[in-house]
Amino acid sequence: MNLSPQAESLLRMEHISKRFGATCALDDVDFDLRKGEVHALIGENGAGKSTLVKILSGAVSPDFGSISLEGRSFVPSQPLASRRRGIAMIYQELNLAPDLSVEENVMLGREIHRFGFVKRKTMQRAVEKALEFVHHPEIKSNVPIKKLSVGAKQIVEIARALVGEAKILIMDEPTSSLTQEDTNRLFQIIYKLKNQGVSIIYISHFLEEVLEVADRFTVLRDGKKIHMGQMGNTSVDDLIQMMVGQKFVEMFPKVDHEIGEIVLQMKGLKGKRMAERVDLTLRKGEILGVAGLIGAGRTETLRTVFGLDPIEKGFLVVGGAKTDKGTPWIRIGQGMGLLSEDRQEEGLALSLSVADNLTLSHFAPYKKGGLLRLKKRRTAVQSLLKQVKIKAQDPDQPVYGLSGGNQQKVALARLLHQEADILLLDEPTRGIDVLSKSQIYEWMGRLVQECKAIIFVSSYLPELLGICDKIAVFHRGKLVDFQPVTDWDTQSIMTVATLGRSVHKNRA
Amino acid sequence: MRDKSRIQTLLNWLGPFLGLILVLIIFSSIPEVQERFLRISNLKSVATQSVIVALGALGMTFVIISGGIDLSAASNIALASVITAFAINAGFSPVLAILLGVLTGGIVGMANGALITSLRLVPFIVTLGMLGIARGVAKWMAGNQKIDAPITWINELMAKSPRPSWLLVAPGVWIMIIFAVAMAVILRYAVFGRHIFAIGSNEATARLCGIRINRTKILVYTIAGLFCGLSGVMEFSRLTVGDPTVAVGLELDIIAAVVIGGGSLSGGAGSILGSMIGVFIMAFLRNGCTMMGWPNYIQEIIIGSIIVAAVALDQIRHRQSV
Repeated sequence: MNLSPQAESLLRMEHISKRFGATCALDDVDFDLRKGEVHALIGENGAGKSTLVKILSGAVSPDFGSISLEGRSFVPSQPLASRRRGIAMIYQELNLAPDLSVEENVMLGREIHRFGFVKRKTMQRAVEKALEFVHHPEIKSNVPIKKLSVGAKQIVEIARALVGEAKILIMDEPTSSLTQEDTNRLFQIIYKLKNQGVSIIYISHFLEEVLEVADRFTVLRDGKKIHMGQMGNTSVDDLIQMMVGQKFVEMFPKVDHEIGEIVLQMKGLKGKRMAERVDLTLRKGEILGVAGLIGAGRTETLRTVFGLDPIEKGFLVVGGAKTDKGTPWIRIGQGMGLLSEDRQEEGLALSLSVADNLTLSHFAPYKKGGLLRLKKRRTAVQSLLKQVKIKAQDPDQPVYGLSGGNQQKVALARLLHQEADILLLDEPTRGIDVLSKSQIYEWMGRLVQECKAIIFVSSYLPELLGICDKIAVFHRGKLVDFQPVTDWDTQSIMTVATLGRSVHKNRA
Repeated sequence: MRDKSRIQTLLNWLGPFLGLILVLIIFSSIPEVQERFLRISNLKSVATQSVIVALGALGMTFVIISGGIDLSAASNIALASVITAFAINAGFSPVLAILLGVLTGGIVGMANGALITSLRLVPFIVTLGMLGIARGVAKWMAGNQKIDAPITWINELMAKSPRPSWLLVAPGVWIMIIFAVAMAVILRYAVFGRHIFAIGSNEATARLCGIRINRTKILVYTIAGLFCGLSGVMEFSRLTVGDPTVAVGLELDIIAAVVIGGGSLSGGAGSILGSMIGVFIMAFLRNGCTMMGWPNYIQEIIIGSIIVAAVALDQIRHRQSV
């Protein structure tokens, strides 16, 4: 925080411009990074943050502009060149080989060897040291990556950057899949790295976090640099205002809605991958928030309800009928829909078109004699895209061409198209920009106004507190506490989530 | 942007055609074979020769789009040809014999699908096993020799000059065309077709969207098997015998046709039109090479190169569109 103005500039990017076809991704942007500082890069999706750091990492070359690193001119022609100069990147979309072990992933491309034979022991020690540094010695270095949770994978990514002895660490949405506790640990790591003189470029949509961890910030909007300043005297509202320009955004729009009869009950429910039985009741017109650390059993509960994991004990009551067997097909028939936390691997079929992805769970309106009326579907999809403000050129465009925020909206809009009455949403706003987030909150509000019911799993407490009617908190597979939202605040949720003790002893 | 995507779609459409046109142009510009190559009777015989691979490729296209593979196709064809011959010998009517042949293929295909879904084994392994089993059963039933059968109208299905001459080409060619159109319509317009694409593109997503994966997969392999059965009937028609040792290695030709036509072995991509063009590219190449008097190994080298080149081009096309 106490950097003098004369502090040496480690990295300087000047007049950087980059065009992709007709769109101008970056327009005369300046950016500088001092030794041992955390510099936040802020902006909506598509503002140019990713392009800027991709230029730095050598994945994209700029059309115009110059870069100097440690006073010398630097042309990052390819990723390897950047890595050699000590620039390491932690990607938003995890970039690990699922079948290789933690150790192999961390050391990939940096294997310590003698005469071409890897020195396992030395490497293992280096990896264990790195994991210890990030306060996660419990991650075993010989486990394959695919066995780890999303949060643990992120930790491995960070460890990988550390082993490379980076001078500049680029973190693109590092906390989007971390819980509060893991995030705090990450911040400890960041402070530690800072003290060792490592500079960090920090990209995040979580403005509260940015405020906490960054020394300076640069705001980008539509490819232009809007502002650069010290974090000290800035508020979240200021940042939002700079990001979105003149547009006024209300983060958690309040929508009046009435809570009605019970639509879904879990009675001593235990699924194959759930640690304990869970009892939970969802009512019409209700947003039920579910908080907890990663691995606390939130996702597993949703998956059991939706029939993705088999029910082992207990049962569900859906719309008055008891059920203890189910497949997604049956649940969709009962009016349920699930949004997966893993957009890439499960939520979307990336190579299929926007239209296919939107309508996959509900072809019925376009069916005639077993065949689909594609024209009719096209028209319907076009109007749906407009209605939910998804930016896509064409309904037949493959989904992988869309931005992260728009992809997420496609996955969510599928549930709207399906007209699900019970929506099970697992981290619906992870890794997307502020504007898309507030749109999603608005939809959720409108849905409950229409008497639908939502279970909303999230690791981002402000959004849970902002839009839910009730919040349930999980700890190590157990549902510990379930109270109206008015009885919760950030602190009490964290206490329950980390300690597993109810803070509402006097109430039922 | 719109124009660009239009051109892209047009190119995607034309891509496989270009390969076929190129092969045709090359052989029709070589003076030694030019005249014979373009003769109507030659085109007819190439069409007839393509029927067996083409029918197999129809089912294989579905299997490959769903993210699977069927290595047992050729063995299944041989088994069906043997069963058809047995049925004729047993005095069954030709219609019944055809049905039995086709059904045999369907049963083998269904067994593939059932094993893949119930044992959760990868299709490569299950159908590799079935490749041996079906071939073995065919040889066993036939006592390791060809099964002669009396001539019936079945043998006219693959006749180069069809009997009612207004048919122009062998009835088998018409059967192939009709089924190709039907399968293309199913793939594009039927819910089942969209489900196959979804499963091949991302099985987890398909599950999440309530698609009954196992049912769909079993159906896909059963359909592939039925087409192998029909292909086996055509094989019997062509040879006039049921031969348990016929079509060895033909599954690779079938797979190659689908892949040349834009089918992706990782699933989620492919088309009937593309696969049919793939079949004809290979058929015309073989035909042209034979006319040139080039030895067999030259054909093999050329077709091998074409497979690699076609897939490489396809990849480049896809990379551009990202």
